[in-house]
Amino acid sequence: MTPAAGLPPPPTAADRLGAVTPGAVADWLGAVTPGAVADWLGAVSLVAGALLSLAAAIGVLRFPDALTRMHAATKPQVLGVLLLLLGVALRLRSPADLGMIALVGVLQLATAPVAAQMIGRAAYRSGRLDRKLLDADELAEH
Amino acid sequence: MTGAGPITTSPNGPERGVRGRMRRWRDQLIALGWLVLVWNLLWGEFSWGNLLGGLLVAIAVLLFFPLPPVTFGGRLRLRGLLAFGVRFVVELIRASAHVARIAVQPGYIPRSAIIAARLRIPTDLNLALTAEALSLVPGTLIVEVDRDAGMLYVHVLDVHRPSDLDAAREQVRVLERRIIAAVGSTAEVRRMRSGPVDKESP
Repeated sequence: MTPAAGLPPPPTAADRLGAVTPGAVADWLGAVTPGAVADWLGAVSLVAGALLSLAAAIGVLRFPDALTRMHAATKPQVLGVLLLLLGVALRLRSPADLGMIALVGVLQLATAPVAAQMIGRAAYRSGRLDRKLLDADELAEH
Repeated sequence: MTGAGPITTSPNGPERGVRGRMRRWRDQLIALGWLVLVWNLLWGEFSWGNLLGGLLVAIAVLLFFPLPPVTFGGRLRLRGLLAFGVRFVVELIRASAHVARIAVQPGYIPRSAIIAARLRIPTDLNLALTAEALSLVPGTLIVEVDRDAGMLYVHVLDVHRPSDLDAAREQVRVLERRIIAAVGSTAEVRRMRSGPVDKESP
């Protein structure tokens, strides 16, 4: 069976390289709009935020007592949420959404430490901490 | 550990007279403005209806849930605020990376410690701001606050050697200095500069 005469030959490697003409490069560069860059940065932020939130969850699970767990629930968790918000903001880019996102971020920053302190204090007062893992306790001397 | 310095101010004594009342009114107005702004942001658009609704809600909130009189006696310094913001972001990333790393490190059980840190400017506002920032930035968490003594009890994660405790104390002091440099009053900034040399940290 012979190949149909009307079909072009399959592209070779040389053909594909030849396709990178100055015009194609210009097209490609033209596709790198600020919007595309924002989309990519947003995607990176979303993945980073998700990874940090995952690490925070692992920390809450693995750390030995309530006080150490609250560390995981504040630092990587807050940064994770902020990165997720940044990613969403870079994808949405509309003023109404940006206002709401900023509000979520500020409230998160303001409330997470307070919640952690309340839980930490309750844990300390009810003695739910592993004293074997505590190198110093200047609150007990108080 | 010894105290860092004498406390000379009376923290937040309520002000009397016309000036005190003016101040209260100013604080209430600022709170009103913020609440209206939040209300509009929550609805997602600024409109006359939202402005009016926000005003009604804000007045109701301020009437039924009055704030304790924590007045803002300092002034905002742009350079201090910028410096604080940049350092805050850098340290938030560092602290998060650190906690995330020891969270996933197999077989690692972090040791910790609770230290006492005395603030040099024991006003309510400074106490609250420093406590908030401390919970987020270095590897620390507030366990207890002694408001009368201006004392913060701080839980430090991942302690290896005694010098780590001194480093944590120094971090608290640096953070407090940065906050005062950003929002403190002129007198507080001066007190911070001329404050006694720290005896606890080398």
